[in-house]
Amino acid sequence: MNTADQYLKAIYLIQREEDGPAATGKVADAMGVSPASANEMIGKLEGRGLADHEKYKGVRLTDDGIERARDALSTYCIIERFLANVLEVEAFRAEARELEPVIDDLVAERLDTIIDRNPACPDCFDAEADACRYLEVGPEPEGEKPAD
Amino acid sequence: MSVSAPVGTDHQLARLLQIGMVLEEVVEARAAKHAQSMEEGMHGEMRALLAEAAEESAGHRERLAELVDELDAERVPFDQIEGLVEAQYGQTKPEDFDGVLYDQLCNEETAYKFYDDLIGAIEESDATFSVDRARLLETLVAIREEEAAGVERVTDLMEREGAGTPPRGVEEDSGTDDHGGTPREERG
Repeated sequence: MNTADQYLKAIYLIQREEDGPAATGKVADAMGVSPASANEMIGKLEGRGLADHEKYKGVRLTDDGIERARDALSTYCIIERFLANVLEVEAFRAEARELEPVIDDLVAERLDTIIDRNPACPDCFDAEADACRYLEVGPEPEGEKPAD
Repeated sequence: MSVSAPVGTDHQLARLLQIGMVLEEVVEARAAKHAQSMEEGMHGEMRALLAEAAEESAGHRERLAELVDELDAERVPFDQIEGLVEAQYGQTKPEDFDGVLYDQLCNEETAYKFYDDLIGAIEESDATFSVDRARLLETLVAIREEEAAGVERVTDLMEREGAGTPPRGVEEDSGTDDHGGTPREERG
C-alpha cells in the first residue's frame, strides 16, 4: 500500500469517528509525522481530487477519496486477519502496520482467498481497537502500540 | 504502487518470506483444485499448465522454506494452507475455464509483483541479515524470473484459447504505474 493510500485510510477513520472533517493535527498523529508533512500530503491528495481541505476546519475526503480509502482499509484488514488467523501472530496489529507499506493490493487480494473476512468489511473495522470487531483476539499489548 | 519501506530486520524478512510461501501454496492448492474441476480427458493443455504451475510453486516454496529455516522462523505447512483454500474455494473459485486461466494469470502476476517488491525492499535496505544477502537476492531474482515466464505461458495459452475480456482488476493492473511494471509489459 503506498503512502497516499495510508493517508487516505487515516483520514477516513478520523472523519468517520468525528463525523466531520479530520483535523490536520490528528492526521499527523495517526501517521506519526509532523503537521507540515501531513499538510504537504493533504495538498497532494487535494490536487488529485481525493480530498478537500478547509483552513481551520480540516480535511474531508471526496467520494473518490472515500472509495480509495475504503479499499485501503480493506487491504489493511486482510493483512491483519491473515497475520492473526493464518500465521497466528500475537502482535498482528504492530506487524500489520509494519507490513502495510510493503504489501501490494494484488498480494492482499490473493491472501483474501484463504481468510474468512466478514461481508461487512471494512465497516466492521474498529479504529480504537485497531482491528476488525469480529476478529476474535485480545486487546493490543501496551508495548506494541505505536508511540504517541 | 511502489515499496515505500525497506526491509529492516531478520524478523520482517522472515515474515515476508513466509507470505511468499503462502502465496506459492495458494497457487499450488488452487491449481490442483482447478485441475480437479475439469472433466477427465478434456482441456489437456490447460491441465498440463496447471500441473506445471503447481510443481513450480512447490519448488519455490521449498527454496523459500530453506531461507526461512536459516532465519530461525517457522515454515508455513502446506496442508494448513491447502485446508484454507479448500474451505474458501467455493466462494472464490472462477466461474468457467476462462476464469481458471485468469485466476492462474493473476496468481503468476501477483507472485511476480510480490518478489519484485521484496527484491526492491531488500536492495533499498542497509540491514544485515542472518542469511547471505547475495544468495537471498539470487534466489528471489531466479524465482521472479520463473514467475515472469509463467505469466508468458498463461498469456500464450489464453491467446490460443481466445479467452475473452479479463475480469476487473487483471486488465487494470497491467500497465499502470501504480502497480509497477508487469512482466508482460516489460518484455514488450
